[in-house]
Amino acid sequence: MSNLNQLDIQSLLAGYEKKQFTVSEVAESCLKIIGEKNAKLNALLEISSEKVMKRAKELDGQGSSSGKLKLYGVPIAIKDNFLVKGWQCTAGSKILEGYRSPYTATSVKRLEEAGALIIGKANCDEFAMGSSNENSAYGPCRNPWDLERVPGGSSGGSAAAVAASMCPAALGTDTGGSIRQPASLCGLVGVKPSYGRVSRYGIVSYASSLDQVGPLSQTVWDSARVLEVMSGFDPHDATTSKMAVPDFTQSLRETSLSQVTLGIAPAWLEGVDSDVKKAFDASIDALKKSGAKIIEVDLPRTRYSLSVYYLIAPSEASSNLARFDGVHYGFRAKDFTDSETLYRLSRGQGFGKEVKLRIMLGTYALSAGYYDAFYLKATQVRRLIQQDFEDAHKKCDAVLVPTSPSTAFKLGEKSDDPLKMYLSDIFTLPVNLAGLPGISVPCGLDQQGLPIGLQMIGRPFDEAKLLQIAKSHEQIHGVLKRP
Amino acid sequence: MSDLREKYEAVIGLEVHAQLLTKSKMFCACANQYGAEINTNICPVCTGQPGALPTVNQRAVELGIRAAIALDCQIRSESIFARKNYFYPDLPKGYQISQYEKPYCEHGKITVRLKSGEEKTFGITRIHFEEDAGKNVHASHGTVVNLNRAGVPLIEIVSEPDMRNSHEAGQYLRALHSILRYGDICDGNMEQGNFRCDANISVRKRGETKFGTKVELKNINSFRFVEKAIDYEIDRQIDMVEKNEPIRQQTRTWNSAKNITELMREKESAHDYRYFPEPDLSPLVISSAWLEDIKKVMPEMPVQVRERFQKEYGLSDYDAGVLTASKDLALYYQEAVKVSNNSKASANWVANELLGRLNAAGKEIDQSPVKSDQLGDLIIRIDKSEISGKIAKTVFEEMFATGRNPGDIIKEKGLVQISDTGAIEAAIDKVIAANPTQVADYKAGKVKLLAFFVGQVMKETKGQANPGMVNELVKKKLD
Repeated sequence: MSNLNQLDIQSLLAGYEKKQFTVSEVAESCLKIIGEKNAKLNALLEISSEKVMKRAKELDGQGSSSGKLKLYGVPIAIKDNFLVKGWQCTAGSKILEGYRSPYTATSVKRLEEAGALIIGKANCDEFAMGSSNENSAYGPCRNPWDLERVPGGSSGGSAAAVAASMCPAALGTDTGGSIRQPASLCGLVGVKPSYGRVSRYGIVSYASSLDQVGPLSQTVWDSARVLEVMSGFDPHDATTSKMAVPDFTQSLRETSLSQVTLGIAPAWLEGVDSDVKKAFDASIDALKKSGAKIIEVDLPRTRYSLSVYYLIAPSEASSNLARFDGVHYGFRAKDFTDSETLYRLSRGQGFGKEVKLRIMLGTYALSAGYYDAFYLKATQVRRLIQQDFEDAHKKCDAVLVPTSPSTAFKLGEKSDDPLKMYLSDIFTLPVNLAGLPGISVPCGLDQQGLPIGLQMIGRPFDEAKLLQIAKSHEQIHGVLKRP
Repeated sequence: MSDLREKYEAVIGLEVHAQLLTKSKMFCACANQYGAEINTNICPVCTGQPGALPTVNQRAVELGIRAAIALDCQIRSESIFARKNYFYPDLPKGYQISQYEKPYCEHGKITVRLKSGEEKTFGITRIHFEEDAGKNVHASHGTVVNLNRAGVPLIEIVSEPDMRNSHEAGQYLRALHSILRYGDICDGNMEQGNFRCDANISVRKRGETKFGTKVELKNINSFRFVEKAIDYEIDRQIDMVEKNEPIRQQTRTWNSAKNITELMREKESAHDYRYFPEPDLSPLVISSAWLEDIKKVMPEMPVQVRERFQKEYGLSDYDAGVLTASKDLALYYQEAVKVSNNSKASANWVANELLGRLNAAGKEIDQSPVKSDQLGDLIIRIDKSEISGKIAKTVFEEMFATGRNPGDIIKEKGLVQISDTGAIEAAIDKVIAANPTQVADYKAGKVKLLAFFVGQVMKETKGQANPGMVNELVKKKLD
């Protein structure tokens, strides 16, 4: 069987079940396409055929006992800000160049226990700070739909790897849109679960109160499967919820829209590219025709999201990134004379521009005399944004909005203007601030043939409902073919 | 200086860092163990590896709550962990997890006994949880960071500025130390740094209500040094005020070799720690049910032991107070009674003789050369009339000086009490023969001279004769 790399998770599992191919064959197929495409795309930062084939053979050896494993033989790329024992973990930064993970993140461990095959470490913006993957110290990643364009970020490599059929799914992290925006720009499904749904243990912290782990895949079912394997309480992460984890794939069998109410916020749609707006409206119409009730909701305080996000996230980052100091591990500058210069030179040379910008912003916002006006005020407004969603969710099951105001942009197009870049996450940031689950699904192509994403925002811990609505939408639209 | 001191008043506040007696660290499962081989009790969490997250050690919280209960604090049902941000090589995360705006308890108090016999109560501002830092070890080839201590659970106990002299500060620390030891909250070992004290000191003219500029004394590792350092610092500050020199806000340390305080750093270079709520941890919830469970298993506190000593051993309130001043002292006393079976005599020996000698030697009870069973043994020998009380004091001196057993000392020096009638009578005969005038006077009615004869016989027997028997036999001979 050829083109095994193009199969989605559901098809792979069915094929293994029928013994149509082995894990090694699938792995070889993925490694082959990676070999062909990665040099151009720069989607994966670490590729190890040796590790992959060793693991594939192990899985093949498990034979019949493997049937129960939920991700048996499924190749998955992992963003390079996850720790996976034996693999590098650079988080896209020079300061962690050569760093080898001493342990494995809980989310990845759960995937491996379910039989997944780690296929490589994916490129990303440095410390997950960025919306285009251009902030990676290891060079930008390119969009498989158009090599002149960015894949989005910060999980750009994860999205590009799946879009290029290097693997059926990838893990990303999402602090302000870093899974959903690249999923949108690369024509994929991407899920940011509720805060506390998936363990953060073993992902390089950017902004602890916003970071979440989630899947990117071609289909809704595939994302649901990866999510159900990873989710649930982890004793290593005090912010994970003890709430029961539903069988998300099971709940996808129920996809009727007749009892579903969807909210749209007209105020949000101003300034959205016309092609994006058109595709969004068409999706809403189709959902309505299939039985969903559409209402208007008002989320007045979400307009402060950008300001709030760029105080809270950098504040937490300024502290989270303090550990990268050249003393214990990672990059250490030469020519230091004392501990003061050791810090200054190592951090000065090890961090990139955007990271330094956010560290300075956060340090300032937390400083004595500024704390109340900046950090504290931001946390108060954050609560109000949460309140807006609580109110909206009393009236509807999900709020719908384009994932990003535009489709994939060209490399360099926004890299000189941070604010312009920040605006590409304008619809995803509020979801992290409110701790809600959000999913981006493909909803058409613009005139240049670039994918457009539709975002659905659900109630806290109601990923099941959100995935059902996403599945209904997918049934109407059909699964978007990868380029 | 003492006249000058009268013109001034010192204001002293104390901050104590106490390591909690847990098996594991505050935010990870690594062993909390002193003296292990360098960098062996470490993991991704306490070495600050990327992606590692803290989780709260429930046992540490329980021990902290014990301290809060023992110190009469108001406990918050929901407190917040906060990050204190600063760079230092022994701090692998670049921040210390602590508590800031909402510590787990506040507004406590502690009552101490002063040497005047008076009792005084000092306020406790707050207690909060935090993690210890690692230790920089300076070796010939450079500096090595040992992270075995990084993440060890601490409580920081902050007092109100209620102390007015070094004695009050010393007694506060001893009482606090005692409570933490009694509660099995902290082992109190100051040499290992498990109980560390910082003192804030300022002086002002008597009658003034405004505080003077404070100086912080850091890392002093014994009660006596704290007292000495405070005394030195008070004199130094008064001297400066008298000379019209401004007191600068400084951090100073005690040099025990030179008996002076020395500058560590000026406060102007103080950090902005950029405290903010620790986003990796949820608020610490202490439910009333949990609190009740902890109260049920609270070890005996000094006040309770003091009451028990009065009931069980028939001691006065005062003696019971003295003997329960520290857990080690109370345990010492109990052990001595167990051996001697004489609670009153044991109380006298411990409270008067032993504590007096320890004080003079500048030692704490756990450094006593005389062990509790040895003191019990000595008391038995008095009670069995093997030696007199007076000889016992000589034996005790020898025990204190050498740490040897009383039996050996008595045997070697031939101090066994003479209870042999014949030997005592022989001595009496000798004394009567040598003092005919006194014998005549006695017989003429001067019965007070009995004491003289007894004294002479004791002298004759080098104090070894059984005094009761001497008394009886002298009377018999003369009458």
